[in-house]
Amino acid sequence: MSGQEKIRELEKFAVQIRVETLKEIGTLGFGHLGGAMSIVDTLAVLYGGVMNIDPQNPSWEERDWLVCSKGHAGPAVYAALALRKFFPMEELETLNKPGTRLPSHCDRNLTTGIDMTTGSLGQGASLAVGIALGNRLDGRTSYTYLILGDGEIQEGQVWEAVLYAAHQKLDNLIAFVDYNKKQLDGYTKDINDLGDIKAKFESFGWHAQEVDGSSVREIYEAIEKAKGAKGRPSVIVLHTVKGKGCRFAENAFLNHHMTVSKEQMAEAIAELEQQLQTG
Amino acid sequence: MSVILAEKRAKEEKDMRDVYCETLMELAGKDRRIVALDADLMNSVGMVPFARAFPERTFNVGVQEANMIGVAAGLSATGKIPFAHSFAPFATRRCFDQIFLSCGYAKLNVRIVGSDPGVTAAFNGGTHMPFEDMGILRNVPNITIMEPTDSVMLKDLVKQTAGLYGVFYIRLLRRSAVKVYEEGSTFEIGKAVQLRDGSDASILATGIMVDEALKAAETLAEEGVSARVINVFTLKPLDKEAVIICARETGAIVTAENHSIINGLGSAVAEVIAENELVPLERVGVNDQFGEVGHVDYLKEKFNLTYDEIVKRVKKVLTRKIK
Ligand SMILES: Cc1ncc(C[n+]2csc(CCOP(=O)(O)OP(=O)(O)O)c2C)c(N)n1
Repeated sequence: MSGQEKIRELEKFAVQIRVETLKEIGTLGFGHLGGAMSIVDTLAVLYGGVMNIDPQNPSWEERDWLVCSKGHAGPAVYAALALRKFFPMEELETLNKPGTRLPSHCDRNLTTGIDMTTGSLGQGASLAVGIALGNRLDGRTSYTYLILGDGEIQEGQVWEAVLYAAHQKLDNLIAFVDYNKKQLDGYTKDINDLGDIKAKFESFGWHAQEVDGSSVREIYEAIEKAKGAKGRPSVIVLHTVKGKGCRFAENAFLNHHMTVSKEQMAEAIAELEQQLQTG
Repeated sequence: MSVILAEKRAKEEKDMRDVYCETLMELAGKDRRIVALDADLMNSVGMVPFARAFPERTFNVGVQEANMIGVAAGLSATGKIPFAHSFAPFATRRCFDQIFLSCGYAKLNVRIVGSDPGVTAAFNGGTHMPFEDMGILRNVPNITIMEPTDSVMLKDLVKQTAGLYGVFYIRLLRRSAVKVYEEGSTFEIGKAVQLRDGSDASILATGIMVDEALKAAETLAEEGVSARVINVFTLKPLDKEAVIICARETGAIVTAENHSIINGLGSAVAEVIAENELVPLERVGVNDQFGEVGHVDYLKEKFNLTYDEIVKRVKKVLTRKIK
């Protein structure tokens, strides 16, 4: 497959993830739509090609790991996992239903393919450092990927992990910051400004890049570059849009946790499916 | 304390969070020392009107609970009266050392508000479902832990804490509560409220379990069992006297809480009766389990937080009564 075709395929995968995420949340009627949508293009790149994983053998020891530290984006991760056949697509309809294996926040004990339990923001950063250390100790060449929210990196724990990962020269750790400029109560710059995220990571000793987080090509290329950075962990700051690909969510100021009507869901899905055809 | 019981128990119209915000705005209007802190959950707890009215006295620090508690303690050292909110697990578990040392040990003056108690965290699931918040905090010397039953009590307690000094925890239901008290009722922190008299057994309840306890007592009455119902809204300091009187007069106790029975109301009551007036005890509450995702009714069934369960346990405790 040519590079161009591969990119095209990843773009399609991203649209499919968006459609399925919308169905999950829309069927329930509410959920963390904004932060799920903003990270979809990265999930498409990771699950659509970059990550060395085996849906038949989800706990394969040599696999790459993903810690989605912003655990409330679970529904988007579940969509990617189902599309990659980690579990049946029908299961997506059970989001948050009694007895479900798909809770609103990622849970390693419930969902096939979910590597780590998250939901209390900040904790995933340390967990990813531990996983990367452990795999290195065992001589594995696998990568650990970590997805952080921009609001989430206000947690001090994140910076403890960032400091220690650099100290440990963890070049098998690649982190993403979903820089959608928003958190629950509004814009990060109005609440607790993050300043220059890339420079902050660099000053902690990380290899840092900044890309368009809605471009699968840029994300893909950044991961390739990150893998080339030896002797230090890598971060990719993703410029994203909260609610991306879902017009009513993009347009709402408070789009962290939203109600979704059947009409809104249908309209948004129709728009996305249009993209799949024309693209 | 002057309590008027509601004639009809029904869901209140207003959400508890809106009453919390209104009350704090009323206080802040009169007292410039009142400040509000949050960790990126002001919309969730309905505090946006406060932030608009008192922007210079609102400190939304972002997603950083431990820092928030430390900042609140620092503010109080300069004479401010801070109310700091997050979801209950993050307002307690996540920053216990800051609460213990920066607030408690340093003898500062901080009110911590933890929302979505127990199963009411519902769709946020296990990571957000605190069955341990009050239990953890019981370990802080001299802390006051309260779980307001309805909006009338909430308003009164929030106002009272504003005038007191120390570390306070208010366990806040965000949505509407079932009305138990009439407007104008006032409460005494540390004094339990008797809601219904009875002679065969006493049900000591807190939070959403108060309504379940009253329902259970009504059901039991139809079957000829006379159950007393007490609302123990202050977990610490516990109203020991009320517990001892219940033990003496009814000879059997059942506790009911939307919380772990470990280190919660059940434990606290067990400690008192074991040391003072030993009677059989049954504890309705979460039995050493983590939370999970789902709607509240499902979760209440799942964790046995229902009036059915209370009825069952009252019957059981009666069979264990010392003859
Ligand atoms: C420790 C902790 N505090 C608070 C919350 C509640 N909460 C969930 S998501 C969120 C905002 C997160 O913002 P961000 O990381 O930017 O996520 P995104 O915008 O990408 O959805 C908050 C405050 C939580 N889950 N964990």
